[in-house]
Amino acid sequence: MTARRILLAASAATLFATLAAVPALAAGDVGQLEKQPVNLSAIGMFIAFVVMTLGITYWAASRTRSTSDFYTAGGGITGFQNGLAIAGDYMSAATLLGLSSLVFAKGYDGFVYTISFFVGWPIILFLLAERLRNLGHFTFADIASYRLDQGKIRTFAAIGSLTVVCFYLIVQMVGAGQLIKLLFGLDYNVAVIVVGVLMVVYVTFGGMIATTWVQIIKAVLLLGGGILLAFLALSRFGFSLEAIARSAIASHKDGVKIMGPGTLLADPVSAVSLSLGLLFGTAALPHIMMRFFTVPNAREARKSVFYASGFIGFFFLIVCILGMAAITIVGTDPQFFEGGKVGGKLIGGGNMPVMHLAKALGGDLFLGFLSAVAFATILAVVSGLALAGASAIAHDLYARVIRKGEATEREEMRVSKIASLVLGVLAVVLGIAFEKQNVAFLVGLTFGVAASVNFPVLILSMYWKGLTTRGALAGGIAGLISAVTLVVLSNAVWVVVLNNPAPIFPYEQPALFSMTLAFIVTIVVSKLDSSASARAEREAFEDQFVRSQTGIGAAAAARH
Amino acid sequence: MHSPANNPVYERVRRNPKFHELVRQRSRLALVLSAVVLVGYYAFMMVVAFAPGLLHKPMSDESSLSVGFPIGAAIIILSWLLTGVYSHFSNGRFQDLTDEITRETLQ
Repeated sequence: MTARRILLAASAATLFATLAAVPALAAGDVGQLEKQPVNLSAIGMFIAFVVMTLGITYWAASRTRSTSDFYTAGGGITGFQNGLAIAGDYMSAATLLGLSSLVFAKGYDGFVYTISFFVGWPIILFLLAERLRNLGHFTFADIASYRLDQGKIRTFAAIGSLTVVCFYLIVQMVGAGQLIKLLFGLDYNVAVIVVGVLMVVYVTFGGMIATTWVQIIKAVLLLGGGILLAFLALSRFGFSLEAIARSAIASHKDGVKIMGPGTLLADPVSAVSLSLGLLFGTAALPHIMMRFFTVPNAREARKSVFYASGFIGFFFLIVCILGMAAITIVGTDPQFFEGGKVGGKLIGGGNMPVMHLAKALGGDLFLGFLSAVAFATILAVVSGLALAGASAIAHDLYARVIRKGEATEREEMRVSKIASLVLGVLAVVLGIAFEKQNVAFLVGLTFGVAASVNFPVLILSMYWKGLTTRGALAGGIAGLISAVTLVVLSNAVWVVVLNNPAPIFPYEQPALFSMTLAFIVTIVVSKLDSSASARAEREAFEDQFVRSQTGIGAAAAARH
Repeated sequence: MHSPANNPVYERVRRNPKFHELVRQRSRLALVLSAVVLVGYYAFMMVVAFAPGLLHKPMSDESSLSVGFPIGAAIIILSWLLTGVYSHFSNGRFQDLTDEITRETLQ
């Protein structure tokens, strides 16, 4: 393996971490991250956000009576609201900080990355959204196990969801602790506990209604903050993109090279594997899929993707403008560099350009606002994750598998609340345990497992008549083992965690290989399966197909 | 919620020629639009990987902005507009057709 390969793998590793979880990257710098002085305006604004969202949770609690209210807000969220909430799930602290810092550091390469992060949305709409809505009830396992063995496939799908939820929760918790330590000047453990407690309160009392509104408010704040910041940045350059570009070329150490593709995605295999992981991993994240069950019908589900991708695309374009503007405004200002040395290490680490930009353009007050929004963002994402995890435990494992559908709604609700509490405690404990770890590999795992374990069974159950229980199980296990193995052999674990000199698997994202393997194994094993149950499962496809296309039978699920 | 195989309601839908028309037309739309997005995106990525110089070209002789930026922005904006196209047809004509099928089936 050439040195260039390793370098590419290493930079892809860093970039993937930056993008999917800025915080994870920050975790790598633990040693260098100094606790900042307590930022009162940021804390004040964050408290205002918390008070408002707790008010909403109180209101939501009075409306959360049934399991359907709890898991899916009773299917009563409109397409527009859900679009904002989906956009909120996608516009994480990672996208604001990570994408803008990528553009700040690499110019056009950061933009290419942004585009790769976006194009999954249209595909989700064209191929998945309405079938998800028409077939699903509360969880992704509902769809996976629709015509397959309830006990086996539901258990497997629930475990797949829980794995993804736990990995991603750790990433978010560690990120929250680091970011809050940095921006608010609060202690790491305090920050993690605050996030854990608020998450449990939102989810156990307010269920999906509160979680959705927390997400919507945060999305609006993030969009508003981004637009205001872009406006201030553009005003510095006479509202001319040309002027921003000219000035950026003059300020950046790579000069005119930042105006086109550089070394970042020069290796097509890395690029394709990464984009597959982002594309299908995102589509199969349990907390994103769950959002499709909160709308009353397929019509609203489609609308919500249209709105969501509009908001996301717009936000991404703004983030790129911010990154380009920061090259000049932050990149040439000694106050943002350690020791005042321009071109050296940015204060707070590589993910901070947009925060420094806020300070440069709007002073401490605006910096405080943006910090509060970043905190709110993490809070909203972990709440969605906790809810998805709780539904996998209470709805799939407890109500369907253990009690075989005999549990009363009251019992299921109780289990789901206990489950959210347990997930909250687990998240805090793991968040604290992983404080000093580099958790970048967990990001690769989250998306790799989602794309290689959840996605194949999801898409094949909807599109391929021949899928059988045995095939789905074999393929899922193959996807899980290969995704985990490849991540362990990649730079993020093999070199960074295990201190080996070079990675055995040269790419950061395993999806191209593990997802392909999962599909092949699923299809081959399904084809070889000649059992009686397999025959019945294939026959059941026709009815499932009608429901997935028309929603007949699903309408009842939405009318409560 | 889990219907047994060959539920008579679904059987009736399958006998309705409108259902097959719906499936054929909507699937074709979804496939064509997916192909447009994926072919466009992967073509772009191949240029990034194999012919990056094309995207480095300035928009004009005096311009600092490269052609890569408007092309990238166009990919984002066009894919979003295609979600609009899909939603427009699916929520309009195809939804009406679906409603008709549902009505005829459940009568």
